[in-house]
Amino acid sequence: MADKPRDVLFSPLFDSNPIALLSLGICSALAVTTKLETTVTMCLAVIFVLCCSNMAVSVIRNYIPANIRIIVQMTIIASLVIIVDQFLRAYAFDISKQLSVFVGLIITNCIIMGRAEAFASQNGPGLSFLDGLGNALGYSVILLVVGILRELFGSGSLFGVPMFALAAEGGWYAPNGLMLLPPSAFFIIGLFIWALRTWKNDQVEEE
Amino acid sequence: MANDSVGRTFGVALGVCLVCSVLVSAAAVSLRPTQAVNKTLDKKRNILMAAGLLKSGEVASGERIDELYQNINTRVVDLATGEYVDGVDPIEYDQRRAAKDPAQSEVVPDDVDIANVKRRALHASVYLVSQKGKIKKVILPVHGLGLWSTLYGFVALDARDLNTIRGLVYYEHAETPGLGGEVDNPSWKALWDGKKAFDESGAVRIEVIRGKVVQGRPETQYQVDGLSGATITSRGVRDMLRYWLGAESFGPYLAKLKERGVS
Repeated sequence: MADKPRDVLFSPLFDSNPIALLSLGICSALAVTTKLETTVTMCLAVIFVLCCSNMAVSVIRNYIPANIRIIVQMTIIASLVIIVDQFLRAYAFDISKQLSVFVGLIITNCIIMGRAEAFASQNGPGLSFLDGLGNALGYSVILLVVGILRELFGSGSLFGVPMFALAAEGGWYAPNGLMLLPPSAFFIIGLFIWALRTWKNDQVEEE
Repeated sequence: MANDSVGRTFGVALGVCLVCSVLVSAAAVSLRPTQAVNKTLDKKRNILMAAGLLKSGEVASGERIDELYQNINTRVVDLATGEYVDGVDPIEYDQRRAAKDPAQSEVVPDDVDIANVKRRALHASVYLVSQKGKIKKVILPVHGLGLWSTLYGFVALDARDLNTIRGLVYYEHAETPGLGGEVDNPSWKALWDGKKAFDESGAVRIEVIRGKVVQGRPETQYQVDGLSGATITSRGVRDMLRYWLGAESFGPYLAKLKERGVS
């Protein structure tokens, strides 16, 4: 396994991407990617929560009794998520309204729980922090790709700035309504995984 | 292992809980004032949007909102009689808090509670929108259950006939983004302008139908397109309008207004 700091940080981006290879955290990737603004906020929130939770779990990993470790990890993650939610409500009210329940649902985002259990409970705080950052960035890469495609083809804009002249306003582009619905994110993630596995053959599962 | 002893287990659990609760409460308490300001501004912004004084999606500073809000006169209405209540400060009156206070609210009987309101405040806030000294619109607060959450919003009625809907906006809900959350979609909200709430007999007829409204039929004026993939939210919107505009709640007030003119 990759234990060098460099590998820990960069391998989750493409080599062992949490969404593409491990199929974790797909639910939120479908829900928040209709607009880039919410996508970016969600990415930042996940980066913060994942780094902090990995560090916190790692710091106390030698003290956590094995039989309550999941509950302890959950408590830490849930507290961090509530703090993020409170900050968003205070300083990014409109975005937090659009994200609504999905900030709270970071608690149940499998990536965070998965990394706490699989990595942070066995490695030191520094490495765990890098692992958290790497996985959160891997998650963000996919979310951003999906977000860009969905907003561009679904609404003809990026970050709310019009890119294509819309047919409804006398332009040439008729927005693709499917892109605004959750299934489109499935298709895009599927295509992304296909492209990734063509590029990196070793990710293809044996038949 | 020493880690798994009962004392250790309790100790670690207690320690984690303590640290986490301190962090969470510190964040909640220290950020509450900012959040409260945001909430008030958001409510005002939504009243202004329902009033048509602010375009949906328009970014406006706090000062601009307060300035536009000068055109809005807040009154408190006794729902049972339909009369304005004196002696209650309309700015301070919080209908949602009152709905939770047994002394200021009543249980809505099951057979009329189509919108799942459960408890309702005895008094309600209404907002009268004036332009150039004349009252143009009457804005009424509505709420009711959707799929996951209670939706809170405002409906604006034209002051001339108290029948034509001029806008419907929601300022708080937790419906599924992209499905029920589309109640916030500006193009859907635009569909409400010009719809009629009541028929000639005075019964509430407004409804959110499944699919698209067919133009040119007599019932078209009472119908709004449903939200695709959000049947239950659409039904919730219809039911809450029927309840709040109906005889059980704002009915007496609207009747009084018709009788003696909007004031």
